[in-house]
Amino acid sequence: MIVAEQKPLEEIKSLIADAEKVLVVGCGTCVTVCFAGGEKEAGILASSLRMSTKLDGAPKEVTQVTVQRQCEWEYIDAIKDQINDVDIVVSLGCGIGVQAIAERYPKAVVVPGLNTSFLGLPTEQGVWEERCVACGECILGLTGGICPIARCAKQLLNGPCGGSQNGVCEINPDTPCAWQLIYDKLASQNRLHLIMDIQPPKNWSTSRDGGPRKITREDLRLAAEASE
Amino acid sequence: MSEASSNGYKSGSRLERVLRAGHFAVTGELGPPQGAEANVIREKAKLLKGLVDAVNITDNQTAIVRMSSIGAGTLLVQEGLEPIIQMTCRDRNRLAIQSDLLGAYALGMRNLLCLTGDHQSFGNHPTAKNVHDIDSIQLVKMVVDMRDKACFQCGDEIKETPPRFFVGAAANPFGDPFEFRPYRLAKKVKAGADFIQTQLIYNVERFAKFMEKVRELGLHQQVYILAGVGPVKSPGMARYMRDQVAGLDVPDEIVDRMTRATDGIDESDKKGRRDAWRNEGIQITIDLIQQIREIEGVVGVHIMAIEWEEAIRPIVEGAGLLPRPEPA
Repeated sequence: MIVAEQKPLEEIKSLIADAEKVLVVGCGTCVTVCFAGGEKEAGILASSLRMSTKLDGAPKEVTQVTVQRQCEWEYIDAIKDQINDVDIVVSLGCGIGVQAIAERYPKAVVVPGLNTSFLGLPTEQGVWEERCVACGECILGLTGGICPIARCAKQLLNGPCGGSQNGVCEINPDTPCAWQLIYDKLASQNRLHLIMDIQPPKNWSTSRDGGPRKITREDLRLAAEASE
Repeated sequence: MSEASSNGYKSGSRLERVLRAGHFAVTGELGPPQGAEANVIREKAKLLKGLVDAVNITDNQTAIVRMSSIGAGTLLVQEGLEPIIQMTCRDRNRLAIQSDLLGAYALGMRNLLCLTGDHQSFGNHPTAKNVHDIDSIQLVKMVVDMRDKACFQCGDEIKETPPRFFVGAAANPFGDPFEFRPYRLAKKVKAGADFIQTQLIYNVERFAKFMEKVRELGLHQQVYILAGVGPVKSPGMARYMRDQVAGLDVPDEIVDRMTRATDGIDESDKKGRRDAWRNEGIQITIDLIQQIREIEGVVGVHIMAIEWEEAIRPIVEGAGLLPRPEPA
């Protein structure tokens, strides 16, 4: 899932400083699961903004609404009236949600309430870890299901650097060395041969380096046309 | 066929010729200044001249901005020393690396050490974006192909004067997973590395075990292996390296020797203690070189005395490695 964290209240307040009427929009998908921008967090943020701006002597009118998914037109179309009724929208969606609202409502001023952090999973209660950088060319089949692009600080493809010690990365003792994990996994499966060959330079054109990415599925487009 | 290849050498560098002639090689290391003063390099060059066969020039080591390796290397060439340009994958993508190496070769550089690079979080620009377009093994392959196949990484032909470097790579016998280290070295050899310089060695026993595996894989017959050594200046530095630096293995014995060096010297005699520590640091390095030399497959030493270049002479002299050979 997409993992995010809420911005500090002061930063959000500075983003909405010029507005009178504010709408906080929560999202019911990834950011709900990671407790950053769901219905509950939208409610808390709206009430914090109300109280805080009142204490500052310039109370703002802050309302909130949560949609199932901010990244699909049909869900954000449903809150058209609320959006058109305010000066500013604070999206508690990920970066995709913020941009979807901004794109769908060209006149609306939309600001982010979250910092979108990474693609990852909760490894235990209250802990999320990055697992994927969406590089567009998955190599997990060669690395025992452990991604060195997302999990090695140097994105190495041919084994650990000299800073791997006692299973942890040189940059932080809380970060496991991805290549130690890969080595242990493949060793336990008698598949170490997978990392003995030299991996050639990666084709980064499928990653963000190739520019903004887009997928077009002609089969689905044809099916949609046929049903119209 | 170019001159370099017609005489059978890959680059014709002094380091290559020393190793090919079967001499026990000695390389040193020079850290460029955090400023643009050319004389810093010239002064350091004087401390190294005649003592080593070639000098590594670090590439923004520990991710701290310094004069570029190639810029400093040019000054070293002018001083009559042979540089080993260090090139990391942290700051440059494949375009920048190849372009810089064309320039380095044109400026007279002939040796190259391919490295991953310390993470930028250790340095003075921790908020920087890192590159890591290619890794050190892919870098070795790329520069070997530039030399031997006269092609860029993309496959395009280098039509005029392909750069012909003597290509090195690093090995850390003390990194983990320990069992994988010889195989990672094997990948570097397979990529075409001509020489290897190892991480600092203080634990000779553990290094010998690593070399045993290296010989078992036959790697010592395919690549020149130079063992990394370096003097410590004080017991504090030895302890710091033992406890804090990832990828180093400093046995207690080294720390103890440094601590005992000031036995009988009064605490108030600051200079006496400092000199005693430094002498012991140098003596430990000489002892390490003598032990390491005995290990089959080690054909040279790489002495890292960054910001203490004065230590190189007593070490090289003490280890009986002078005068340096003048290969044909």
